[in-house]
Amino acid sequence: MQNIAIQVKGLKKSYKQLEVLKGVDFEVEKGSIFALLGSNGAGKTTIIKILTTLLKQDNGTAVVNEFDVASKPDNVRQSISLTGQFAAVDEILTGRENLIMIAKLRHLTNPRQIADDLLKRFGLTEAANRRVSTYSGGMRRKLDIAMSLIGKPQLIFLDEPTTGLDPEARIEVWKMVKELAANGTTVFLTTQYLEEAEQLANQIAILHEGRIIADGTLAELKKLFPPAKVEYIEKQPSLEEIFLAIIGKKEEK
Amino acid sequence: METVKKHFFSDMGVMLGRSMRHIFRSMDTIITVTIMPIAFMLLFVYVFGGAIQTGTDNYVNYLLPGILLIAIASGIAYTAYRLFMDMQRGIFERFHSMPISRSSALWGHVLTSLVSNAISVVVIILVALIMGFRSSAGILSWLAVAGILALFTLALTWIAAIAGISAKSVDGAGAFSYPILFLPFISSAFVPTETMPSGVRVFAENQPVTSIVESIRALLACQPVGNDIWVALAWCVGIMIVAYIFAMRVYKKRV
Repeated sequence: MQNIAIQVKGLKKSYKQLEVLKGVDFEVEKGSIFALLGSNGAGKTTIIKILTTLLKQDNGTAVVNEFDVASKPDNVRQSISLTGQFAAVDEILTGRENLIMIAKLRHLTNPRQIADDLLKRFGLTEAANRRVSTYSGGMRRKLDIAMSLIGKPQLIFLDEPTTGLDPEARIEVWKMVKELAANGTTVFLTTQYLEEAEQLANQIAILHEGRIIADGTLAELKKLFPPAKVEYIEKQPSLEEIFLAIIGKKEEK
Repeated sequence: METVKKHFFSDMGVMLGRSMRHIFRSMDTIITVTIMPIAFMLLFVYVFGGAIQTGTDNYVNYLLPGILLIAIASGIAYTAYRLFMDMQRGIFERFHSMPISRSSALWGHVLTSLVSNAISVVVIILVALIMGFRSSAGILSWLAVAGILALFTLALTWIAAIAGISAKSVDGAGAFSYPILFLPFISSAFVPTETMPSGVRVFAENQPVTSIVESIRALLACQPVGNDIWVALAWCVGIMIVAYIFAMRVYKKRV
């Protein structure tokens, strides 16, 4: 139990007639990056909402950082952070004000210092005093993630963190997520991009029609397929690689 | 659980600071909220006023209480709007997934509504002074007027909260305020009720706005307030409690 960050058993949830989750089971290890894969409407956001105490399940149990989400929601909230699907930032406030606001709500001492440190770390210092409504999608997402890091939560939920971002911004978000995990934070992310899960996750679960149909490391999932056959083909650069090469910010692997 | 309760007031303070910033950064909402009642005041005083017989020689004095209520009724439409926008965007989800009292986000909006309406009320009274409004009321009477207006604002704000939380669209969030905006016209706010046909008159004399208008008018004119003030207070407190209970219920259902 010690090294389990999330434990979900038999989770069920319906919206009126529509049964979204039909009994979901999975476990997430502490300090890992867990990717929940699924197409649109598969129920990924519903799972995140239940795990972050925004929604109550109909059936089954979910334990987050050793606290049951249904009976100990306050303890759960103390130990997590959510970066929702739609950037949860205040557009009328400036970037700095957003960060200070969250630091104050987490009752931390020296909110200004915390804000300045994060602005620097995320390369937003220049835009710090501009209203967030003037930010690009990538900057918004960065601020959003920065806001989630305040108070150093043990577990961070990222709901489709790169949806709608350009390739450059996406690679930056990936870098951030890797850094987080390197520092011991557990990351739970949902995505519809297979490549994203492949790039980031130690553990991948595939949600399909309300159930987890596959769960394991990338290597384990690959074993589910017939052994690869060796073929020689000329490697063509993908459009993404061309794009990144042209703008001169090729991803360092 | 304890820490969440302990920080309720500081959390609410942060929320208040946030939505006050919203207001001061969109001055157009304050202008809209004050311009319309001021336009009504000009219209009624300088266009209709000459033909209206109220039994007083200073029509601005007669009119001002009703104008203040109209200002508040249009002001709370923005409270519903701001609340609706917060519910739609991700920011409330973030707040609700944090270890803070869930109702502090809602209370932040309610307090903001009080402060912003107070600002527009003061602006309108200043304009009324220029237009010839005079009152010999003492500090206690003015405090009583402020108290009634604050209660009226709170009562309407909680109604606005229900609309803002449960609305499906921006238009829906603001639509509830139109009937409220209309109530002062079927009351003693602009003309005495004596000239109205009996059915309308019964409605006008027994709806909340009339008793509120009459008590504010009496307080400002240093006249005895009689029963009106108790009726007015009962309306305000009653509406406030019922709306508060409903608003909290829909809020808990939504979050």
